[in-house]
Amino acid sequence: MSLIPAPIVRFYHRMASPPHFYSFSEKLMPWLIVCFLLLFIPGLYMGLYLAPTDYQQGDSYRIIYIHVPAAWMSLFIYVVMAISGAIALIWRMKIADVVLISSAPIGASFTFIALVTGSLWGKPMWGTWWVWDARLTSELILLFLYLGVISLYGAIEDKRTASRAVAILALVGVVNIPIIHYSVQWWNTLHQGPTVAKAGKPSMHIDMLIPLLLMATAFKFYYGIAMLQVAKVEILMREQNSQWVKNKIADVMEKKG
Amino acid sequence: MNSFAEFLAMGGYGFYVWTSYAIAFVVLLLNVVLPIMQRKQLLRQLALKQKRIK
Repeated sequence: MSLIPAPIVRFYHRMASPPHFYSFSEKLMPWLIVCFLLLFIPGLYMGLYLAPTDYQQGDSYRIIYIHVPAAWMSLFIYVVMAISGAIALIWRMKIADVVLISSAPIGASFTFIALVTGSLWGKPMWGTWWVWDARLTSELILLFLYLGVISLYGAIEDKRTASRAVAILALVGVVNIPIIHYSVQWWNTLHQGPTVAKAGKPSMHIDMLIPLLLMATAFKFYYGIAMLQVAKVEILMREQNSQWVKNKIADVMEKKG
Repeated sequence: MNSFAEFLAMGGYGFYVWTSYAIAFVVLLLNVVLPIMQRKQLLRQLALKQKRIK
């Protein structure tokens, strides 16, 4: 008797097949783009225009609508990579390898955005671009973990060995994630504590909170869009000698004439 | 906020706010545009290879 419902098992097996994953991601793409735009445009409008000015920080606080969702994504994507790494190592699922390596540049980008926008927010509010405190340092280490995954994968010629190596690195690096999250509580720092993701109610005005949640959800859909674009290149590269890719290319050539 | 200039000024924090948004926008756009260009290039390469074999 299996603990997992049959439709989920079937979905898992379908997704494990590269051609199915490829065509599934093409079918999913328009929906991801629509969901992203429906959240992103009102999120921007509300965040930059409708939300009231902060009584302490003035309009500089509007950086929050990029900074906080980007920082959340930097953690979220790393966790996705670690889970994909575990699946790839345990069940040898090829697509999990692809999801792991395709997520790395996007995770690195969100970490970079979180650091840069934090710096641009810190300068007017704290009076400094950077401090070596626990939150900022652990987030910088996260950026190096992402870059480590990307360069390790690039450095190993055999892609099966490379995939196993990055899966292990992604799993080991996951210890940094709780450190980043709790850093503002464990150590005294310039960085403020959590206002949304904490026990009890968020200590933020609802008109400021709604655009933040819209942007955070929009970034999740963005991640889906960008990751699948990278994954398609990765799959084509790996499967270029298989029949389904050859058929696909024949179709493309026929259309062009 | 009653004028566009005031909106752009962001209460004196315009530089910090708009630089943040611009950097994020460019980085996120590149993450989608670059793989699409890579895929097109790869498909072109593979098509050429396939033609030569035939």
